[in-house]
Amino acid sequence: MSLDSATVRRIAKLARIRVDDAEVGVLQTELNAILGYVDQLNEVNVEGVAPLSGGAQMAMRLREDLVTDGEIAEQILANAPDRVGQFFAVPKVVE
Amino acid sequence: MSLLDLTIAQAAQALSAKKFSAVELASAHNAAIAALNPRLNAYITVTPELALAQAQAADARIAAGTAGPLTGIPLAIKDLFCTAGVRTTAASKILEPFVPPYESTVTRQLLEAGTVCLGKANLDEFAMGSSNITSGYGPVENPWKRNGSDAKLVPGGSSGGSAAAVAARLALGATGTDTGGSIRQPASFTGLAGIKPTYGRCSRYGIVAFASSLDQAGPMARTVEDCAILLGAMSGFDERDSTSAVRAVPDFRAALRRGVKGLRIGIPAEYRMDGMSAEISALWEKGVAWLREQGAEIVDISLPHTKYGLAVYYIVAPAEASSNLARYDGVRFGARVDGEDLIDMYERTRAAGFGPEVKRRIMIGTYVLSHGYYDAYYLKAQKVRNLILRDFNNAFESVDAILTPTAPSAAFGLGEKMDDPVTMYLNDVFTVPASLAGVPAMSIPAGLSAEGLPLGLQVIGKHFDEETVFAVSAALERAAGFTALPSVRAE
Repeated sequence: MSLDSATVRRIAKLARIRVDDAEVGVLQTELNAILGYVDQLNEVNVEGVAPLSGGAQMAMRLREDLVTDGEIAEQILANAPDRVGQFFAVPKVVE
Repeated sequence: MSLLDLTIAQAAQALSAKKFSAVELASAHNAAIAALNPRLNAYITVTPELALAQAQAADARIAAGTAGPLTGIPLAIKDLFCTAGVRTTAASKILEPFVPPYESTVTRQLLEAGTVCLGKANLDEFAMGSSNITSGYGPVENPWKRNGSDAKLVPGGSSGGSAAAVAARLALGATGTDTGGSIRQPASFTGLAGIKPTYGRCSRYGIVAFASSLDQAGPMARTVEDCAILLGAMSGFDERDSTSAVRAVPDFRAALRRGVKGLRIGIPAEYRMDGMSAEISALWEKGVAWLREQGAEIVDISLPHTKYGLAVYYIVAPAEASSNLARYDGVRFGARVDGEDLIDMYERTRAAGFGPEVKRRIMIGTYVLSHGYYDAYYLKAQKVRNLILRDFNNAFESVDAILTPTAPSAAFGLGEKMDDPVTMYLNDVFTVPASLAGVPAMSIPAGLSAEGLPLGLQVIGKHFDEETVFAVSAALERAAGFTALPSVRAE
């Protein structure tokens, strides 16, 4: 499987990373090298093998659905690039 | 002996005997860092005042008789652990302004044990790399040099700053994290011991996430015993990490005295790769002989899917990374680059904030998770990952631990292995399988290359059996008698 430049642009769009025209060719070469390498997995017969999604040898633990913190708006907003009162501020999205 | 050359065990004993104070020990390290860090770049952020304040508190505990084995011990903290009130960058420009309002569980436990934080250690950006060259804050210089050469070598990665700091006497120990070899490979490149414990042993809470099903914290230090002391304090159940294991923390230090008599040690045929260097192969043979001499039984084993480990890793890790790193959008924390509208702001923020390796991995991850490709890449990789886990489970029915080299080479030069991303990825060929299976694995300095650079051996154990890993590692350490020192170090 080899990526064309249109696919590289589409992936960049999905990943929300702006890429310049000059970068597309470089990325295309590098990403194809990685995909070329991982293609060797096609040799492996995985019939009847369940996918392993987690690193832990246990079921995901759930906690009780309770509020365990709160009233820390200032801490949460302390790192905001832009804020208005107790809200994160972003460019206008609705006209 | 200089205060900088002590092991953690020696320093703890001297502190409790009041031969020197924790403030003196911290001051000596602060001065060493001020002198040498501008050259090595092992720390992104240094915290000399915080270190002194924590050392004063440690001295008070020692005076009150309430000190533990880590009270007053100065450490480098990999800049991937959130530290309350101390900037945490993950070596990324996108987190340049980030000051966490909370403390990671691992560093909170270390603080409660009385350790002293000297600063935040450099790493590959978001822990993605094997040489520390992807850091947004500049590369780290390995304090080791080839015989008769002053060429700059890489310290390995991603925990390259942690490794360089401990090797160059700028800390007595360090925290690292390991996703595919990021503790073990830099330990091997800098003549240190380092362990990636079982997945679930150390809490991931407050560690900047890279690949959540693989990320594990662990210690790096100059001896196996120091690693055992540190891991004891870093481990334990934490309800704030949903994959944290509900397991009691064993006395890792006690396991060092067990010896290897009667243990069955597996030697996997598949790690004898084509083109393996003669000196790596000879070191491995030496390790086998050392364990046999101490009474272990050597068993040939097979881990048939080893060769697919890297390919699985370079699908699974980028997939998880692309999801984890979606949070860096310039809205709630981190750097922002303004744009014409919201989407444009996201795209400009991420283009400016992430380095090339991180972008590559996010894009690979985005692709393998995208509609139409998920089954062919991601699902397939997860299935082969299960086969790799089965390989280990089968092997551990007949052996107690596995011995392999840690890395396929000694430290290489800054700028080498840069031809394409895959060449760099091959560094992790021996460390990635244990990460995929979630089993504990440790690197121990075992000898020097012909060029005078440290080489490590890796001991892999069963899930939650770090004690056997420590027992085997201690036996190798005793036999290897590794005493070489890096040429660049604080004195």
